Amino acid sequence: MTAVAKSKTIGRGPGQPIYLDYQATTPCDPRVVEKMLPYLTEKFGNPHSRTHRYGWEAEEAVEVAREQVAAIIGADPKEIIFTSGATESNNLALKGVAHFYKDKRDHVVTVVTEHKCVLDTCRHLEQEGFRVTYLPVGANGLIDLAELEAAVTDKTAIVSVMGVNNEIGVIQPLAEIGAICRKKGAFFHSDCAQAVGKIPLDVNAMNIDLMSISGHKIYGPKGIGALYVRRRPRVRLVPLINGGGQERGMRSGTLAPFLCAGIGEACAIAKAEMGAESERLRMLRDRLLNGLNARLKEIYVNGDLDQRIPGNINISFAFVEGEGLMMGVKDLAVSSGSACTSASLEPSYVLRALGLDAEMAHTSLRFGIGRFTTEEDIDYAIVHVAEAVEHLRAMSPLWEMHLDGVDIKSIQWAEH
Amino acid sequence: MAYSDKVVDHYENPRNVGALDKESSNVGTGLVGAPACGDVMKLQIKVSAEGIIEDAKFKTFGCGSAIASSSLVTEWVKGKTLDEAAAIKNTEIAHELALPPVKIHCSVLAEDAIKAAIADYRRKAGLPEDEAEKAAG
Amino acid sequence: MTGVAYLDHNAGVPALPQVVAAMAEVLAETGNPSAVHAFGRRARSRIEAARAALAELAGADPAAVVFTSGGTEANALALRGCGRSRVLVSAVEHVSVGGAVAGAETIPVDGDGILDLAALDRLLAADDTPALVSVMLANNETGVIQPVAEAARIAHARGALVHCDAAQAPGRLSLDLSGLGVDFLTLSAHKMGGPAGIGVLIGSKSDMDLAPILLGGGQERRRRAGTENIAGIVGFGVAATLQMGRMAAGGSGDGDAILGMRNLRDRLEAEAMARVPAAVVVGNRAERLANTSCLALPGVPAQVQVMALDLEGVMVSAGAACSSGKVEPSRVLAAMGLPPEVAGCAVRVSLGPASSAAEIEAFLAAWVALARRKGLDVSDAAEAA
Repeated sequence: MTAVAKSKTIGRGPGQPIYLDYQATTPCDPRVVEKMLPYLTEKFGNPHSRTHRYGWEAEEAVEVAREQVAAIIGADPKEIIFTSGATESNNLALKGVAHFYKDKRDHVVTVVTEHKCVLDTCRHLEQEGFRVTYLPVGANGLIDLAELEAAVTDKTAIVSVMGVNNEIGVIQPLAEIGAICRKKGAFFHSDCAQAVGKIPLDVNAMNIDLMSISGHKIYGPKGIGALYVRRRPRVRLVPLINGGGQERGMRSGTLAPFLCAGIGEACAIAKAEMGAESERLRMLRDRLLNGLNARLKEIYVNGDLDQRIPGNINISFAFVEGEGLMMGVKDLAVSSGSACTSASLEPSYVLRALGLDAEMAHTSLRFGIGRFTTEEDIDYAIVHVAEAVEHLRAMSPLWEMHLDGVDIKSIQWAEH
Repeated sequence: MAYSDKVVDHYENPRNVGALDKESSNVGTGLVGAPACGDVMKLQIKVSAEGIIEDAKFKTFGCGSAIASSSLVTEWVKGKTLDEAAAIKNTEIAHELALPPVKIHCSVLAEDAIKAAIADYRRKAGLPEDEAEKAAG
Repeated sequence: MTGVAYLDHNAGVPALPQVVAAMAEVLAETGNPSAVHAFGRRARSRIEAARAALAELAGADPAAVVFTSGGTEANALALRGCGRSRVLVSAVEHVSVGGAVAGAETIPVDGDGILDLAALDRLLAADDTPALVSVMLANNETGVIQPVAEAARIAHARGALVHCDAAQAPGRLSLDLSGLGVDFLTLSAHKMGGPAGIGVLIGSKSDMDLAPILLGGGQERRRRAGTENIAGIVGFGVAATLQMGRMAAGGSGDGDAILGMRNLRDRLEAEAMARVPAAVVVGNRAERLANTSCLALPGVPAQVQVMALDLEGVMVSAGAACSSGKVEPSRVLAAMGLPPEVAGCAVRVSLGPASSAAEIEAFLAAWVALARRKGLDVSDAAEAA
């Protein structure tokens, strides 16, 4: 595989850490960059200039990209709206639908482990007077379909459940959720930023009415995303950004052809290579997990191991602290919780939602494995992580108590 | 987050990691923090008959700044009297390690750990409790 | 004729070579700027360097610079996020301002497209609801420059906030925030040699009150969520730096490039008027951008003109390029009180620094030939001269 052979130079320079943070963002695939650059230089037209060939050329690039994005989720190109990213897509889907249908339906259903931008948007809708149900997840990170079915009523405008979780990589049962929503007459939105290109998706088979897609999670550029909006039965929404009326009036603003070309090509590559790539990533992930298990005791995988994308593994290393561990594994670029929250000192809300104690949430690392990860990278990571954990356990009072047979929960801690 | 060179040094080469016999009458043990908050420090001091801290050991569960703060104070308390050690302020620790504002709590915890270890020793030795313990409590 | 004449620079310009080079470099890197590891920190530092460049361009505090997905989103953020329920916009604003909020009131313009300052004062005096006034710096269709500083003085005296869409101005006009006296400024990268898909809203105060449109990860100081478009932001920063260099070299707004564009534009207009006496140059009594000409051929629909010109390899636009469907009669020209036979028959010719005399000749040849075919009087004498 040529992509792998070149991996040492992609997204990483000499002396830089090994990149294992593919859920935070992915490097732009060089094949994608190649498609993008001409639209910054010789093909610089404004795709909304209907009066001359430079405009038409740019418009064509946008439409080809729209087809490529549609193809990977089984949609019609007319159902794809370009946005600035999955955050905007999620904001637009939730606020747009809720606002449009607010006279008849004032209820939203989502899940406690959704991405922050979905949860923040739902909180905002609550402030506006909508009712929001936040479904819990089990220890495996998956929702209970019976609970979903009970939560959705004839007042529910939209149900928003992500395809794949950004922290623990678990895959929600989209087809089953879609069937329930269709039966109850609520629109089904899925944030598939982490799912597109990782698992097969079909908006019709899964009864998905709106789907958020991100460019930079699938080896495309940052600054572009898409929202799938079903035409039959038609989903209507109030736009977030008004103006020129681009994107069927749902999203105004000049489109950037180079970014559209980028997300389009990223989808085309992902569609063609997903099968082989998944197999390779699963092999790498198993190698990582087996390698760590062979060296270390008391490590726990967070989230379901089977209902999970191959490129993610989230592990709690009991009795060592996550941020200290991050410092110990400085030759690896991994994350301790979501990239959006890791600057804060709070333990991950996703891990807490699985029922993990705060201390176990604190000891977690997320390993994101992707297109340019090699076996050497994984082997290095195993040794490096194991050494760091051993170093930290040697100086951990909790590990010492554990070895002495003390139950840490039995101690009266003075929480500060 | 960028750590200072001193934090990195203490993290990579921690001083005085280990344990003293907590049952021994001349050893004081302080255990502060909580796993749920992401940091726990255990600091132990061994006190001579003259009331001088002649050894100190620590174990810490926490971020690099927490490890560095505890490693640093084990160096500082050695050779000090109990009162001198109890006078160490978190601001001195934070300053020495150039801790950013979000990490000041690590230095506070290290100060608490010293005070808790001293209080434990005093209790065992039948010495009167002083303000140090109240401050740590 | 051979080759093409691209005379639609107000719709889009190619990114500058230095911009493309910087972006290509960033596109080969990875890292989420919110991540704490080395890749994340590098991405973060690239963004902050670009933010500093934009701040310098506008004479603002970097903490008051909010990156968005473009001028349209920046305008929406200002108009909807400023916290003012009453919004007044000039009659010639870009649709992204005019349509940003429902119920915006219109400030009229005169026959040259210049804001009616007395009307602005009357409108503000009539209602003491705290308001936001939005006036563009230069019009995208006519190039007419608005008296933004005067409008800001009037608005501030009445307690209103002021937003200025300056998307068309970089490289052509000074963007100094304090000189303009506005509270919010919109800039768009692709109008100044940067990439499409990135814009910025710059405030005069770093602690400005701005309710976000996009909620989520807390980026841009909680004013605009979403993983940052690093390549776009870096390209924008380089474009801003280059613009500052260009302005510094040529003084405030009259550098060599600007002078060159002005000469070509004036020649184009003089020749057009001389050869086709019925032609109208819209807004020509007003102060205008040096690169823009709005030229009407009464009785010949704009659509017919642009198609005929395109067949000759000459690219111009009719109205703004943003109405996603068909080309509609220009709202801007209608607001100036131009009769339909002029407003519906105007094309916009917009030049760039590299535009040549040959391109102007190509336009004139095709345009005059069209006028002749359509039966308008054409002066051969002028053609000979």
